[in-house]
Amino acid sequence: KVLNVIFTVNLTHLKMIEDSAPLFIREQALNPKPQGGFNFENWHRNERLQNEFRAKGISSNLPKVMLTGTTICGCVYKDGVVLGADTRATGGSEVADKNCEKIGYIAPNIYCGGAGTAGDTFQMKKLVSSQLDLLRLSTGTQSRVVTANTILKQQLFKHQGHISAALIVGGVDCTGPHLYNIYPHGSSNKVPFCTMGSGSLAAISVMESTYKPDMTEEEAVEMAKEAILSGIFNDLGSGSNCDITIIRCSGEVTRTRGFEKPNDTKLLRDKIRHPKELVVPSGSTKVLESSFLKYIDVQDVTAPEPMMI
Amino acid sequence: AADTLGSYGGLARFTEVERICKAGEETLVACDGDYSDWQHIGKIIKELEVEDRCVADNITHTPHQYWSCLTRILYHRRSKMNPLWNSLVIAGYSDDAAFLGTTDKIGTSYEADYVATGLGLHMALPVLRRKWKEGMSEEEARALVEDCMRVLFYRDCRTINRIMFAKVDKHGQKIFEPSPIPTNWS
Repeated sequence: KVLNVIFTVNLTHLKMIEDSAPLFIREQALNPKPQGGFNFENWHRNERLQNEFRAKGISSNLPKVMLTGTTICGCVYKDGVVLGADTRATGGSEVADKNCEKIGYIAPNIYCGGAGTAGDTFQMKKLVSSQLDLLRLSTGTQSRVVTANTILKQQLFKHQGHISAALIVGGVDCTGPHLYNIYPHGSSNKVPFCTMGSGSLAAISVMESTYKPDMTEEEAVEMAKEAILSGIFNDLGSGSNCDITIIRCSGEVTRTRGFEKPNDTKLLRDKIRHPKELVVPSGSTKVLESSFLKYIDVQDVTAPEPMMI
Repeated sequence: AADTLGSYGGLARFTEVERICKAGEETLVACDGDYSDWQHIGKIIKELEVEDRCVADNITHTPHQYWSCLTRILYHRRSKMNPLWNSLVIAGYSDDAAFLGTTDKIGTSYEADYVATGLGLHMALPVLRRKWKEGMSEEEARALVEDCMRVLFYRDCRTINRIMFAKVDKHGQKIFEPSPIPTNWS
């Protein structure tokens, strides 16, 4: 019923424009330009389809969003910022990616960890990274962490929480080391340490009990690692390895993929002994007959004399 | 340990609610959840104690027995679709062994070396899992529990900084006066 109504309205709208309006207005009505923000036209249809499936007892095959049901954390220490993340991406209750990378590059001195819908976090990081790139070119100065924070939160607020990206932005700029956490609806906090994602409660409990101001790099990395491990082992949406990124005031950045691999399956896989029968040595298949067919005839042809005009 | 807040949704209505009580000579029971159901459970525990004394056979209920009995009662109520909306922690010391068990409003129960209920499942259990060791001394255990309660006070909105600690060992039960724990909000 809803679809029918929309259809008739469109037609009458076109009919009204047709007779009197100049050409460019008619063209606009026929080819409407897409406006900013999200288009929720199909929402009613999707709801209706789901209800119909449920009534008929068919399990709906709508695709499940890939989430980084996650633990990410960040912490400011005396000479910089440490960001940590786990590496499990889930789709529903299944592990979609056992070793995904959640801490992404924003600027040479700013990195960002993302929790929530994997596609959303990746695109947001890409977006702010390219915007900061352009800003650096036009201003000629190093990017500031607060700029990344502002761009991200304005973008997320514009989409009213429909972009499901919870981010931790950390970096060092001319004003010192900074850490911000940004929620999907567009609010952000400037914090000395924070965690986001489904494993955030497990991780924040570790951070709250071990944080102290002005830590050394070893202490901060140890705290971030313990917080992520706590998330990995106590939260089902987080798992696999722990990645650590250290951004120092000196400008040096260390990104370690797989800083700690408590769930390494290599040891188990190496122990698997394939039965000898499955490993076939070359030359064990007996050749009974071989024949060679000429597929094409290769002829040498002398090129004719070039035509003189 | 338990904080002493009885809240009414978002209102911190009663700040001197005692959520830990003694059961017999060797057991402590602490609860989380509905206060009126907790009062009912308190009455049940009293009935069990009285029955124990009336039988007068010089055998008192062990903590394990209190835990089993409460589990049965909670599960029975859930099966009647009328649960007692609480999570209980039962601790005791009997026969030279410490006992710690927990029961839920749906009757899920288990014995463990460390337990937590409510938001403590998400926040305190990770800390306990990391820091608990076999054969801890009382001071270490008290410090660990205090650490957990501090983290919970930092991150749970529905708590207050007035914590009641209790311990039970071979000398008996002791419930300490509620007191605040030191916090740093900077």
